[in-house]
Amino acid sequence: MGATVRICVTVNGERRESEVEARTLLVYWLREELGLTGTHVGCDTTNCGACTVHMNGESVKSCTVLAAQADGAEVTTIEGLAPEGGLHPLQDAFWEKHGLQCGFCTPGMIMAAADLLQRNPNPTDDEIRHGLEGNLCRCTGYHNIVKAVKAAAANEVPA
Amino acid sequence: MTSVGQALKRKEDPRMITGRGYYTEDIQLPGMLYAVIVRSPEAHATITSIDTSAAKERDGVVAVYTGEDLAGDFAGPLPMVWAPPGVEINTPEHWPLKRGEVKHVGDPVAVVVATSRTAAFDAADDVIVDYDPKPVVVDPEQALEDGSPLVWDSFGTNKTHEWAVAGGDFEAAEAEAEVTVEARYVNHRTSGAPIEPRCSVAEARAEKLTLYSTTQIPHIARFVLSGMLGIAEDKLRVVAPDVGGGFGAKLQVYAEEALVLALAKRLGRPVKWTETRSEHMTTSHHGRDQISYVTLTAKRDGTVTGCRARIIADLGAYQQLLTPFIPTLGFPVMGGCYAIPSIDLHFTGVFTNKMPTDAIRGAGRPEATYWIELTMDKLARELGMDPLELRRKNFVRKEQFPFETALGIVYDSGDYHGSLDRLLENFDLDEFRSEQAGLREQGIHRGVGFSTYVEVCGLAPSRAVGPQGVGLQAAFYESANVRVTPTGSAIVYSGISPHGQGLDTSFAQIAGDILGIDPQNVEILHGDTDQGAWGWDTYGSRSLSVGGEALARAARKVQDKAKRICAALLEAAPEDIELTDGKYQVKGSPDKSMTMAEISGAAHIPPAELPADIEPGLEESSFYDPENFVFPFGAHACVVDVDAETGKVSVVRYVAVDDCGPAINPMLIDGQVHGGITHAIGQALYEQVVYDEDGQLVTGTFVDYALPTAAEVPGFETDRTETPSPTNSLGVKGIGEAGTIAATPAVTAAVMDALQPLGVLWLDMPLTPVRVYEAIQAAQGNGAGPPSSQQGVRLDEHGRGSAGSGPTAPDEGGAS
Ligand code: FES
Ligand code: FES
Repeated sequence: MGATVRICVTVNGERRESEVEARTLLVYWLREELGLTGTHVGCDTTNCGACTVHMNGESVKSCTVLAAQADGAEVTTIEGLAPEGGLHPLQDAFWEKHGLQCGFCTPGMIMAAADLLQRNPNPTDDEIRHGLEGNLCRCTGYHNIVKAVKAAAANEVPA
Repeated sequence: MTSVGQALKRKEDPRMITGRGYYTEDIQLPGMLYAVIVRSPEAHATITSIDTSAAKERDGVVAVYTGEDLAGDFAGPLPMVWAPPGVEINTPEHWPLKRGEVKHVGDPVAVVVATSRTAAFDAADDVIVDYDPKPVVVDPEQALEDGSPLVWDSFGTNKTHEWAVAGGDFEAAEAEAEVTVEARYVNHRTSGAPIEPRCSVAEARAEKLTLYSTTQIPHIARFVLSGMLGIAEDKLRVVAPDVGGGFGAKLQVYAEEALVLALAKRLGRPVKWTETRSEHMTTSHHGRDQISYVTLTAKRDGTVTGCRARIIADLGAYQQLLTPFIPTLGFPVMGGCYAIPSIDLHFTGVFTNKMPTDAIRGAGRPEATYWIELTMDKLARELGMDPLELRRKNFVRKEQFPFETALGIVYDSGDYHGSLDRLLENFDLDEFRSEQAGLREQGIHRGVGFSTYVEVCGLAPSRAVGPQGVGLQAAFYESANVRVTPTGSAIVYSGISPHGQGLDTSFAQIAGDILGIDPQNVEILHGDTDQGAWGWDTYGSRSLSVGGEALARAARKVQDKAKRICAALLEAAPEDIELTDGKYQVKGSPDKSMTMAEISGAAHIPPAELPADIEPGLEESSFYDPENFVFPFGAHACVVDVDAETGKVSVVRYVAVDDCGPAINPMLIDGQVHGGITHAIGQALYEQVVYDEDGQLVTGTFVDYALPTAAEVPGFETDRTETPSPTNSLGVKGIGEAGTIAATPAVTAAVMDALQPLGVLWLDMPLTPVRVYEAIQAAQGNGAGPPSSQQGVRLDEHGRGSAGSGPTAPDEGGAS
């Protein structure tokens, strides 16, 4: 084991402390140390976005952030996007509009879309498409993902 | 109200949208070790030495093994299962870890097992392997020439096999042809690239091994892997948890699956291996990689009289599960939707120093559709005929179904004129042409392309593709077990193994309607070899038409028994019981009825004595082997804009009409069509697996292998016609691959239409900006144009590329 660092991160509202190898990527810390396996890994080059989480309110690709860099930060993962038992409007909209098939890209896609809607609450189709360019989906052809994001923005689905 | 036909929201989704999906990589077992594979950086070489000593000394390393070390752990190599009668296929031994020689970049040579992922990666870097490079061949046509470097010296040739099929008299058609067109097409190598990389976790408890794997084929995998490990099938359980997309890339039994099992067995601890994305690009099988030389013969009036194709398939360095079979899989539809009286097909498989090819979404049929559709366009140009008119003239007519093709294949049902008519209702071609003319005057290059396709799926009638048919050493029926619990829920185990298609939902709809149970209370289980009967898994758009039919048959048996129980309890005749609105009731006496929950309660805990011929319990199974394939079809139109300054192609509109029989869940059908089209747009415009002349993979990441993003595809306009298949009682056909099969010719034809005023006559996929730009420049007299997209094509004396590949190449063939 190489050099370690002590980190303290607020994850989904809960303070989590641990000693991590300095090179540990945030995504592996979330998945393997905290058991938050909703955040996925799909590539080695920061292209796919399956690992997208929010750090201090903005979406980041957690495969490209060291756990150590998250020290002191607030991190939200797909598991913490909505209160336990409830659904975020985007989660509901993805379900309603068939915005997922295998579901592997979905957590990252929803986290990226949530960030997009925070910055632009009423995006056009084109803005959604460009806003989600950093997230790859092999299954859906994006058509229903765009519809879902639009529906969530328009509050068409119950929150 | 029946549930079939409704756009029921998916039962799979609540866990997936909340991050509670359960994928193989999510599995952590106590004491689990991590495996990392040391791979060849050489495309062809002799291994002269492997030094694992430094790696073994690293902290956290539990073991490092080479191929020699594990030689005794495998009873057999990775198999290839096609044995066509009368044809010998050169098939080298293919072991999980290589000894002696490596044959492509990424070939596994050693494995490191450590207590953490990082320790395993660090140690893998410390394994020192010396190689003595050998000559490399990457281009399949070059590989067939005398004097080419050989991938396998032992065979004395790079040719793996030849396979041919013909019907009707093509030679006569050619001799009598008033018009003949010929062309060469390249269907370049692609990657399946599901967003979930492969992952396998193996566990050994005493004698019993369990493999959790990102596989489309858990049942087949148990069969193959138990043989490879030399253990009885009952000692191996294979589980496919949630699988993050397959697209054929997970229709394979991979070296890594065998390896983690051998390691877990040896070490007595669970072992996980997870593919990196660059490993996926390097060592998950590739698809396509075919060159087709196509000839169509016709009369002046446009009647097509013959079709011949000579297909060269680059199979890579080994034969995986279905490698040599895949190019052939398109043969039943190689005449397209057309009534062509003579068809003559010949396939040659070739070894190269590349990763093997195998099934990728569509598998043989996208290639077939690509060339038949584009050759029909070319024939129309040659005849000066409208390409859609030419199609209409040659379509199999509605009243001709079931239609036996020249190859003896029976197209089950269809209405090809109807789907094209519907397409043109949704896409006004006249309006488009006048818009296009206006845009051309403004220097905007817009084009339209059409594809009218038929595909073959629903694998498969065992008699057609099994040992007594084309020779796969397998059968392709499907199984289902339906049980109703004492309180009236249903638990179904199906032999299919979905990985994103939404079959937990559509199968619940089918079973729910037949049983009279709310689909929300029908649980569909699959992908666990210890839970249910043998099945043949999910690929080739077979799940609904074969697995769904098996399910319907088992559910009907349960319904029959429920009626008998109900009749006994209500003192009526079984034939007088009917299922209406979820109630089993006596005909004509709606007040005398029972729910399934009441009937199942009585089946499990009889309230009164039931007739002696009614066994307790409520559970039935079915095995269904289809009589024929199913043949989905449709018509697609694609509109593109080409920026002549940059060569960039943008898909601006895509209109699809598909026919997969009656819809079980229309929402799922649309989703499959969207994804399939996008996959094909990827192949046509962006994606290509590229090896350089040394056999080095150039496209090892998502940076170089460009999947379409949301910004590269338009919204899709989908529509359906519904022509039931007579093959199964549901009337259904498959839809998982239709978009991928239909779309590459539509996109390519659209680009060619857009480029026509610029003088570009032909350009092989992928139609990337640089290739399109070079083609435009060459057509204007600047430069030689881009090379053919096939790998390693020699530079010939005319410059770059070969027949049909360059924009300046003549539209060869022509009228004769
Ligand atoms: S895992 Fe692909 S971007 Fe992070
Ligand atoms: S739903 Fe499968 S990758 Fe997006």
